[in-house]
Amino acid sequence: MRKAQVAMALLASLSIVAASCGDDEKSDTTAAPTTEAAPDDTTGDTSAPDSTPTEVDYMWTPNADLLAGAEGQVNVVAWAGYIEDGSTDPAYDWVTPFTEVTGCAVNTKLGNSSDEMVQLMQSGEYDGVSASGDATQRLISGGEVAEIDVTEYSSYENIFDGLKLQPWNSVDGTPYGIPHGRGANLLVYNTEAFADGAPDSWSVMFEAGSAAEGAVSVYDSPIYIADAALYLMTHQPELGITNPYALDQTQFDAAIALLEQQASLTSQYWALYTDQQASLEDGSVLAGTTWQVIVNLAQGNGALIDAVKPVEGATGWSDTWMVGSNAANPNCMKLWMDWIASPWANAQVAVWFGEAPSNAVACTLDGMADHCATFHAEEDDYWSDVWYWTTATEQCLDGRNDATCVGYTEWVNAWTALRA
Amino acid sequence: MGERLDRSAGVAEPSTEQNDATSGRAFGSSHPMRSINRVFHGRRRLGVGALLGAPLGWMLLIYIGSLLLLVVSALYRLDPITQKPTHELTNQNLIAAFKFWDPDVWPAIWVFFRTAAVALLVTLLCFLIALPVAFFVAKVAPRWIRRGLVVALLMPLWAGYLVKGYAWRAMVSPAGGRFAAAGQGDGGFLESVFGWTPGFGRMAIVVALVYLWLPFMILPIYAGLDRLPPSLLDAASDLGAKPFRTFRSVVLPMLLPSVAAGSIFTFSLTLGDYIVPQIVNNGQERFMFGTIINATLGAPNQPLAAAYTLWPLVIIILYLLAMKRAGAFENL
Amino acid sequence: MKLSLPARCALAGFTLLTLVFLYLPLAVVLRLSFNPAKSVSWPGFNGYTLDWWRKAWEADGPKEALINSCKVAFVAMILALVLGTLAAMAMARFQFFGRSAVSFLMVLPIALPGIVTGIALQNTFSRTIDLGLFSFRVGFGFHSLVIAHATFCVVVAYNNVIARLRRSSPNLLEASADLGAHGSQTFRYITFPLMRSALLAGGILAFALSFDEIVVTTFTAGSGFQTLPQWILANFSRPQNVPLVNVMATFVMVVSIPLAYLAQRLSDSGTD
Repeated sequence: MRKAQVAMALLASLSIVAASCGDDEKSDTTAAPTTEAAPDDTTGDTSAPDSTPTEVDYMWTPNADLLAGAEGQVNVVAWAGYIEDGSTDPAYDWVTPFTEVTGCAVNTKLGNSSDEMVQLMQSGEYDGVSASGDATQRLISGGEVAEIDVTEYSSYENIFDGLKLQPWNSVDGTPYGIPHGRGANLLVYNTEAFADGAPDSWSVMFEAGSAAEGAVSVYDSPIYIADAALYLMTHQPELGITNPYALDQTQFDAAIALLEQQASLTSQYWALYTDQQASLEDGSVLAGTTWQVIVNLAQGNGALIDAVKPVEGATGWSDTWMVGSNAANPNCMKLWMDWIASPWANAQVAVWFGEAPSNAVACTLDGMADHCATFHAEEDDYWSDVWYWTTATEQCLDGRNDATCVGYTEWVNAWTALRA
Repeated sequence: MGERLDRSAGVAEPSTEQNDATSGRAFGSSHPMRSINRVFHGRRRLGVGALLGAPLGWMLLIYIGSLLLLVVSALYRLDPITQKPTHELTNQNLIAAFKFWDPDVWPAIWVFFRTAAVALLVTLLCFLIALPVAFFVAKVAPRWIRRGLVVALLMPLWAGYLVKGYAWRAMVSPAGGRFAAAGQGDGGFLESVFGWTPGFGRMAIVVALVYLWLPFMILPIYAGLDRLPPSLLDAASDLGAKPFRTFRSVVLPMLLPSVAAGSIFTFSLTLGDYIVPQIVNNGQERFMFGTIINATLGAPNQPLAAAYTLWPLVIIILYLLAMKRAGAFENL
Repeated sequence: MKLSLPARCALAGFTLLTLVFLYLPLAVVLRLSFNPAKSVSWPGFNGYTLDWWRKAWEADGPKEALINSCKVAFVAMILALVLGTLAAMAMARFQFFGRSAVSFLMVLPIALPGIVTGIALQNTFSRTIDLGLFSFRVGFGFHSLVIAHATFCVVVAYNNVIARLRRSSPNLLEASADLGAHGSQTFRYITFPLMRSALLAGGILAFALSFDEIVVTTFTAGSGFQTLPQWILANFSRPQNVPLVNVMATFVMVVSIPLAYLAQRLSDSGTD
């Protein structure tokens, strides 16, 4: 009986601990990177604007009506690196100032792909999302996101004109979100393995015989089929592909065949950015398709890598912040959207992630001129061979009326079959 | 036991009035518990119903109901533009999941059959390891150490699924090689201590799964062996059987229900598992069917994912029924 | 039956090897939680630090996840105990049509793979159920997790209680009835004390099972809630957080194993 009493006491104390442990209904930390990590080196870009809270002019005044109705927290689906609260690198924190000014705590749910973001938004559990072009149309037509009233957003007027009211973020002249920034998917390579000469073509990922053969890292998402199609645009022009998202059956089959051939060169299909980062650091991947933020993070841990946009062009993304149509915290979400598009915050995330900002004023801040030049923020012709992620539809996106293109559901099925 | 209770309840009934006065612990005649007791006295079905009502209701409504809803959800058509399920019924998803002779459908179904083969392999490996170990502990080890051994063998079961998967990842991490950044790429335990590791891949998956489910197989086999009367084994050797013959003809057949019980976990849990395989696979290929289901759900294509789920659901229910006939359920 | 000495030694050796196989990976994680370096390579016997334990204690994420796990596990345990005990009492005392179906049903949530249970429950919880007079949606959060966890923890409580009830002598109950005790009195004074340690054992095991569960949890937790296994899953691949994952994994191990041992002792002791 004594044993039972001891156990009873143990259980009782456990229950007391459990019951008294939390009034933590409101978490005021982000849910994803929530640890104070050992300080890493900064990403090497010294042109970041000063981020000391009390001395900086954030160049943003929140909308008074939205502020009055702020709910105290917001649940956002975002790409890795879009919402940083200093826990990855103390020098990069654009969440704490936001929370201080608006009282909205930011809870981040990382989306690893556009597909995942669409699925998360469909659950109705989130207030908003940073959607790439291949997610936006699905979200808009599915009713997951609401159109925006640009008068509520003071940052909107300073967005580059080339990003406003584009096919991926508007319908019939009605905007559905705030542009975030844009970037290209780059070719990352190990500088030691390619000591003889840096690669400048995607052929290191598609053709045998390169220094990276057998150690290639491919983005694990059906949207990558467009990268294969992009390669074929240059290397098999007889196929007649003019838009890597508008593929008729013949062109689509050719892209799949190329991917099947690529499989023997590949050592990793990465879905989590941390997987590719770790593989770049430990040298098991020597070339791959990547985002600048992964390169920055890996370089910060000593990886011997560099990244380039190859001559064939690249796929890319132009992301849009959108507010959910049934958002529980719409005011905080709209405040966030306005904040992240405001000059200081937009510059911060552009530097951290490694992309072109969407706010033109961001390029005028101290030290941002170089960054904007590197990332071609103000040069529209750089983006002419960057094909932003778009949802493929049966109605051909390149305007052809004499052919039926392969829709995205088929892309998903083909990718599943390829990866099985 | 139920019959005896009923009889005794029937016997007690006529004398309740007397017990009011004589028994110090009886309730007073107007006490509400008396009325409740009176209702249940002798009414067996009502007793069963009252006891079983809540748990059965919970299981049927929440669990079986959910499974049925899932099957129904596989019949809905996915809108290709919004990628949300509509309310239109279609057999498209069932075809996409079950028409395995169609070359477009086959790759995913091949993964299922491959996963089932892995599940059988893991079951077999667990059995081959568990049997000698359980036999040693139950029959060969001296009494004083038996208890400690049982505890030692079973405790890892409770270390945590994810912890064990992660532990295995720390074991098999491969070395990065000469292109690694400084201080990186030394590899995990096996690599740094033995200079060799299977690395992330199929072998690591199989070993990790065996590692996870082994205690599930050891426990019922040990219990089965423990219940084996030693007199049976003595009788066999008295009749002239050598140990191996005794083992083969007497012990193994009697162990069948225990093995069936253990195999329920090793087979069923392997069939649907995808998290630990991903942890020790570093995202290099989609080996397990559970990954396909999860990826399809994230496409997002919930109806097709639900249709895919029917494969393991049906196979496992059939397997459970088969194991039930083998007597596994008495041993769980 | 008598086995030859070499055979006995071989079996003993094999058992020892199996024990090493079972405990070595856990020992590696334990050792890594004290490792100053951030990699998973084996550091040997040099370099011990409590830094990561301190950082884990200070960081908000793992602590909040741990508390969430405790809360869910505790409530799920209570629910599972209640449901499991009711079912066990019915099954132990009565013979009725459909007994084997009931025991099959009890086992199903834990025997079916987590992904099947998870997807099914997620599908149900996400739907708005229209009952004519009113409609409701279960939704996701603490409550959905508790429902899901209780469902597969029931069988653990059920098994423990029914094993105890089967082992106890029916004579006790007869004697109690002969002495004039009614159904509820018998329960209160005889059956419940008999079951007490089985309830505790079942409760502890249910708690441990819920505490550690990940697959069904990922499908039923929703956006705002994160349990400890979810935290580990989200962070194990992040190079910065690897040491903290080591710490939390070690913590889970170090808590679960003694709890399970306690449960084992309790369930054995009740037959005295």
